[in-house]
Amino acid sequence: MESFVWYIPILPLTGAIINGLFGRVLKDKAGWIASLSVLGAFGLSIQAFLLVREGITFDGNLFDWIVAGNFHTSFGVLVDELSVIMMLIVTGVGFLIHVYSNGYMHGDPGIARYFAYLNLFIFSMLLLVMGNNLLLLYLGWEGVGLCSYLLIGFWYQKPSAAKAGLKAFITNRVGDFGFAIGIFIIFKAIGTIYYSQIFQQTEELLAAGVLTAATLLLFVGATGKSAQFPLHVWLPDAMEGPTPVSALIHAATMVTAGVYMVARFSPLYSLSEVAMAVVVIIGTFTALFAATMALVNNDIKRVLAYSTISQLGYMFIGVGVGAYAAGIFHLMTHAFFKALLFLGAGSVMHALAEETNIQKMGGLYSRIKITAVTFIVAWLAISGIPPFSGFFSKDEILAKAYAYHPLIWVLGTLGALLTAFYMSRLVFLTFFGKSRVEPEREHHIHESPPVMTVPLIILAVLAAVGGFVGVPEVLGGHNHFGKFLEPVFAQAEANLHLAHVSHTVEYGLMAASVLMGLLGIGLAYLMYIKASISPVTLADRFRKVYRLLSNKYYVDEIYQKLVIDPIVSFSRWLWHAVDEGIVDGIVNLSGRLMLLFGLILRRVQTGYVQNYAALFVLGTLILLAYYLLS
Amino acid sequence: MEMASLLNYTTFLPLLGALILLMIPKTEEVLIKSWAFFVTLTTFLLSLPLFHNFDGSRSSIQFETIKSWIPSIGAGYHVGLDGISILLYLLTTFMMPLAVLSSWSAIQNRVKEYMLAMLVLETGMLGVFISLDLLLFYIFWETMLIPMYLLIGVWGGPRRIYAAIKFVLYTMVGSVLMLVAILYLYFLHYNFTGVYTFDLLQIYTIDIPFGLQLWLFLAFALAFAIKVPMFPFHTWLPDAHVEAPTAGSVILAGILLKMGTYGFLRFNLPLFPEASVHFAPLFLVLAVIGILYGAWISMVQRDIKKLVAYSSVSHLGFVMLGVFAFTVPSMQGGLIQMINHGLSTGALFLAVGMIYERRHTREIREFGGVTRVMPVFATLFLIVCLSSLGLPGTNGFVGEFLILVGSFQVVPAFAVLATVGIIFAAVYLLWMFRRVMFGPLTREENKNLVDLNGREVATLLPIIVFIFWIGFYPRTFLDKTEATISRLAGTMEKARAELHLEKQAPYWKYLVWKGNP
Repeated sequence: MESFVWYIPILPLTGAIINGLFGRVLKDKAGWIASLSVLGAFGLSIQAFLLVREGITFDGNLFDWIVAGNFHTSFGVLVDELSVIMMLIVTGVGFLIHVYSNGYMHGDPGIARYFAYLNLFIFSMLLLVMGNNLLLLYLGWEGVGLCSYLLIGFWYQKPSAAKAGLKAFITNRVGDFGFAIGIFIIFKAIGTIYYSQIFQQTEELLAAGVLTAATLLLFVGATGKSAQFPLHVWLPDAMEGPTPVSALIHAATMVTAGVYMVARFSPLYSLSEVAMAVVVIIGTFTALFAATMALVNNDIKRVLAYSTISQLGYMFIGVGVGAYAAGIFHLMTHAFFKALLFLGAGSVMHALAEETNIQKMGGLYSRIKITAVTFIVAWLAISGIPPFSGFFSKDEILAKAYAYHPLIWVLGTLGALLTAFYMSRLVFLTFFGKSRVEPEREHHIHESPPVMTVPLIILAVLAAVGGFVGVPEVLGGHNHFGKFLEPVFAQAEANLHLAHVSHTVEYGLMAASVLMGLLGIGLAYLMYIKASISPVTLADRFRKVYRLLSNKYYVDEIYQKLVIDPIVSFSRWLWHAVDEGIVDGIVNLSGRLMLLFGLILRRVQTGYVQNYAALFVLGTLILLAYYLLS
Repeated sequence: MEMASLLNYTTFLPLLGALILLMIPKTEEVLIKSWAFFVTLTTFLLSLPLFHNFDGSRSSIQFETIKSWIPSIGAGYHVGLDGISILLYLLTTFMMPLAVLSSWSAIQNRVKEYMLAMLVLETGMLGVFISLDLLLFYIFWETMLIPMYLLIGVWGGPRRIYAAIKFVLYTMVGSVLMLVAILYLYFLHYNFTGVYTFDLLQIYTIDIPFGLQLWLFLAFALAFAIKVPMFPFHTWLPDAHVEAPTAGSVILAGILLKMGTYGFLRFNLPLFPEASVHFAPLFLVLAVIGILYGAWISMVQRDIKKLVAYSSVSHLGFVMLGVFAFTVPSMQGGLIQMINHGLSTGALFLAVGMIYERRHTREIREFGGVTRVMPVFATLFLIVCLSSLGLPGTNGFVGEFLILVGSFQVVPAFAVLATVGIIFAAVYLLWMFRRVMFGPLTREENKNLVDLNGREVATLLPIIVFIFWIGFYPRTFLDKTEATISRLAGTMEKARAELHLEKQAPYWKYLVWKGNP
């Protein structure tokens, strides 16, 4: 395997370099070069997958990266069951989004730059999931952050886009601060950052008393990258970027890096009940918290962004309670249906000349049928309606969450209700009912070209049937997905003592959550199709709640007032009062004092011989007096 | 050619070039510039075999020359390179041609004098890094001040005289105390051995009593701390940078500041290891203050150049943290970070110079949306900013990470605080980048800005090559420093152990010379 795995990240890197250097000449061809490089990586990933399925994994180094004293890290990859799944998702979904982008970004003057960034992203993301040590993970981690920054701010002339890019980068840096400290702690305790060696020395980490601290700090990084509370604030703003970027980076792949990281470090997380509890609590809270904000938002992309934050919360519940395979399963199905939702949203915006306000849509179903049908598939998948993919993955997480603590299940199921509701609201307002499209956009409505709709159709198929790879035993399946991943999580599972729920209970849980999904859809139907409940009067009655939600719980404002403003004022004070005033003041004062001494002493140097003679005599007299008197 | 003589030739080649330059008529400006570029480029090319042949697995001095110079007082011409100086030597020869290139159109008057100053400066700087004789070192150290003073004072901005005088006087205050300490060491060595010598390697061998070490340490440390500059001795820096011409800033940030950190590694640590251990907490505190203080003040600057100047305070704080943590990774990281800072901050100053030359302002609010008219510049500038903020895959990350991971092993609290500085590095650089390069292109004056020309791209591109080279394969450079730093770390380890055993004599006892200790 070693001969070809290197090409998996190298191919997109080559694409990025070619498009970066020769983009101006290539123009529209840039997109096909980029797409082909990712397709190549996808092909090789399939080959790697086939080998891994036969039990052949690979862990090896290409060349040393940083070597100093006892510190050692290298460019090395680990291709095992977990990373190969991630590679398939990244390159597979990535390829579809690349193809789609050829249509979506057609005619944009910066198209070559766009594809260079997109390829660079795939490269970084592959390093992130393929690396065999923490520092390479970190390289990929910050690399995808950079691409995210560049792509959010792709239309850099829009001040809001430039601001959103900056916000994303800085927020992630805050998270990465924790991540870096986590790496330092692990290295200090056991002197290595290679996965294989870390996992052999979990006992040493425990003995050193740093395991919980290390896992929690790494998780701080995950809250940044995967937009979990309290570092979730950057993701909604990240919607300023081109829509395919939102699909690829801010839904399907990059934001799931935190989930991957926790799953990868399952041998450590499973040893710390505190760390697991924190992951579960943050995940659960975020799942609900973000879902409530999605309820009232009117921007098609932002609703999906909150939905992504919320769904990531579910994944964290999964990997937090020890259901690692379930978490990764949901990561995969989510990649399918959320990428599809975003691309669908892009197609809608394409049809409506970049309109994003769902209050100004409606009745689009018959006008853009492919987009609408595929969107509906994704809607059913995310709402957890069987047999669509989201049903299986979400239910597996919720069943395991019930075994962990019933309250988590209750909250998770409540979240499922909210999810079904806000997604139905989105679908109904966009595709059904009367058209509220502004007249000047009305005539513009058209279905997207095949280059965009074919990826939609492929993703719709995946979102519909993708769940069948992991049908649980209780439904008569074999859960191939979970079995495939078993070797990776065996060590963690040995540390855990997961309670099992009986089949009867599991049926009950499943029925309850499907019911919740249907309830959510039904409620939305009553409000937005039947109009038997008026959303306006509802918002009016609960005005305070509505205001709180539509202002995103004022988290941005709180950060501005409590963090950013004080730091900036403090820095200004530091500059003017301390640096210019005190530190430099003393320097200039000492200069002036010298000048003053000079002015005084100058008087002595009068140049008159008689003055010098007088001083000379005076000095002699003093000396004489001194010797005579002593 | 034998490497030792190559080292000598390379070091004095710029001075020779300056002498020949004297013969070129003043009006032949293109010839003058070309000649200066040719000389600095040749110097760089000649220094490459030195790098290639340098054996990083040996901790001893290589390419050594020992010649008697002023025998009556025991001053010698003793030069050579080791793992501490090799990279800095190469950094100097590498940056000089770029500095000359960057002055091509920026310097309009007194071109001949300017290039003379640059060439003399180069020999002065190279001399500092190779000197292994205290007197020789001191002479180079002071020599280099004069051309730098002229660069700021003659070709600088409106407040150039104030800045130049501040720069010189501030540096002198430190150097004078260092000179006293050098003389003290000279006589001390005589008292120990009966031999008068300024030879550093011989002075290394004497075992200086702890109480005395403390004083001598402080005398050297003040000179170097001002040069670094460490908080609170940094206020000359923003003034000097803002007033200096671009090339002056590049050299100042790229090389001159490194002489401070270099001085600590070359003199303070090996000469006074116990005192270094004793004072380490103080320097760690100052380093971390510098990191955060520099970052915060950078964040609120309105002038891009001043922002970069204050960021140097922050970056050099990282180097000092690495040096005074005394672990192999942290000190190797510190050395690499010196190089990184030279490259990245040097490139930042070059970039700032490029837009200044076009717009004659450096006020952030005067810009906005520049990317649209200068896309090539935008790309290069962004890469440089990312390297300066330590993005993995660039040089800045390698240095900072090694410093942090190394210092975390011994002083975790300091490392954690320093890591906070990394967050703010992203804030001040990218915030500035957004305001200057992104957003709508609103101002009329900015609409006609022309993108970089070939010469300007050629000044930045070599640096960018090294940004990625060090970022992805730092072993080329780290390996050269390994043996020397390991030995130094060993010395510090021993000192740490001995410090606990030794009776700590009161400092004041050594204020009065008592003859034979």
